[in-house]
Amino acid sequence: MENTVLLFLTSGLFLGWALGANDAANVFGTAVGTRMVRFSTAAIICSVFVLLGAVASGAGATETLGKLGAINALPGSFMAALAAASAVHMMNRVGLPVSTSQAIVGAIIGWNLFSGMPTDSAALTKILATWVMCPILAAVFSALIYKFMVWLIRHAKLHLLRTDTYTRIGLILAGAFGSYSLGANNIANVMGVFVPANPFTDFNISHVLTFTGGQQLFLLGAIAIGVGVFTYSKRVMLTVGNDLLPLSPIAAWVAVLSHSIVLFLFASQGLETILSSNGLPTIPLVPVSSSQAVVGAVLGIALVKGGRGIQWRVLGSISLGWVVTPIIACGICFVGLYFLQNVFDQTVFN
Amino acid sequence: MKLSKDVRLFHRTKDLEIQIDKFLDALSESALVFKHAVGVYLTDGCTDEFTEKHQHVDRLESAADDLRRDIEIQLYTQTLIPESRGDVLGLLENLDNIINLIEGVLWSFEIEKPQIPDNCKDGYRNLVAMSCEAVEAVVLASRAFFRNIEAVGDHNHKVIFFETEADKVSTRLKRDIFESELGLGHKMHLRGFVENIDDIADWSEDVADRLAIYVIKRTV
Repeated sequence: MENTVLLFLTSGLFLGWALGANDAANVFGTAVGTRMVRFSTAAIICSVFVLLGAVASGAGATETLGKLGAINALPGSFMAALAAASAVHMMNRVGLPVSTSQAIVGAIIGWNLFSGMPTDSAALTKILATWVMCPILAAVFSALIYKFMVWLIRHAKLHLLRTDTYTRIGLILAGAFGSYSLGANNIANVMGVFVPANPFTDFNISHVLTFTGGQQLFLLGAIAIGVGVFTYSKRVMLTVGNDLLPLSPIAAWVAVLSHSIVLFLFASQGLETILSSNGLPTIPLVPVSSSQAVVGAVLGIALVKGGRGIQWRVLGSISLGWVVTPIIACGICFVGLYFLQNVFDQTVFN
Repeated sequence: MKLSKDVRLFHRTKDLEIQIDKFLDALSESALVFKHAVGVYLTDGCTDEFTEKHQHVDRLESAADDLRRDIEIQLYTQTLIPESRGDVLGLLENLDNIINLIEGVLWSFEIEKPQIPDNCKDGYRNLVAMSCEAVEAVVLASRAFFRNIEAVGDHNHKVIFFETEADKVSTRLKRDIFESELGLGHKMHLRGFVENIDDIADWSEDVADRLAIYVIKRTV
């Protein structure tokens, strides 16, 4: 592979690293923050399951991003990923919670504007509607699961120590599921823009298993996410989690599970096949924000508890991030493409 | 390997549950033996039977100390219940202090051999009974804290009731003592015993108050 190709992929890897550093905290933050699960255990489980989810089930959400704008030249993909990563980094620096999904969508629209390609309004509407639905669905799931857990704990009369053991195991299982869903849903953000200009080719492993170029690309992205988890997520895990509302370990488990279900719903091609084959309406496969799903889930629990103790200011800043992130990413991408084309003489679209 | 680790985790949890139960058994048993021992002292004085009961409480106190230390070490070395272990530690240490108070009263009876006038004996019996009821109720409240958190409030209510009763009995008893014809030294000696026995009920109430806060903290 040419060195330039590797160079162009680095922006995607950087975005993957940023995603691992930030979003692993949504899955394992409270578990590690409350010392229910060791960081090393969380990091290993998270990396392995992100990788599995990305390679096995990452194609669905990627397809939707592709419809929004198929970036057809590698330098263009490079700039879109770099713009998204920069937007994520900038938002992090000012302390606003950020979504890589929103950043990459903003960047793709930036590329569309620059290259004069039309933005598929149906795909865009679908994505925007999903973003609204994602936290709402997470809130509904978490409220229902939380109610059920309160009932269960009241009736099961388990010993405090036994409850602790079950909660630990539950947090690990929900974390693994959450990581799988995160990989499946969010790998599209990291590597989706490189798919139309994918430099990898398919290869067969002893004529039995085909490892597609897309899967190789996703594997690379997933490794970048894993590196982000190991190198930077501990700090985020220890500070995030109690920001919006202090959670007990069981409530944290409910939040992680609800978040994971939502991410899974918006990424599972298997579920889509089952629904469509039974004539039921399908759930769009769209990259959604893991952070917003968790916020929705925590809010669901808070509302069931009577709405006390919610930090509305934090919620306000989250909503602000929702609007600002895609706009910043779009702007950076547009300006970056201009420089890449006119200063560095690169073909950013075909 | 992960599975065997989980099985071990369940096994260790079970062991610890048993140890906590044994600790609470020791406290409950020491209150029952204490009640019996004071009854023997009030009827027959400092007899062999009284000494034997006192030694029984001593053994329970040592066993409870060992159990408490072991539980605390396990909770911290295995990082179990990270959210509640500070509360559990506080609970166990305060419960342990109740056994220490019981043991202290029995030592005072054995060493100081107070002369209790006949008209005060029923008062002492009542005071011991109320204090022991308070201990029994706080043991039940503590068991509920581990297994059935919603029942803690019911048991706490009883602790408060028995503590109030113990206070009433002790006030009456002190009044009786100081209105009698006994010498001042004797009166003060008897008063010390009333206060020490009443302390057992007071301390039980303090533990119940702590439990009430722990329950709020543990609400899911």
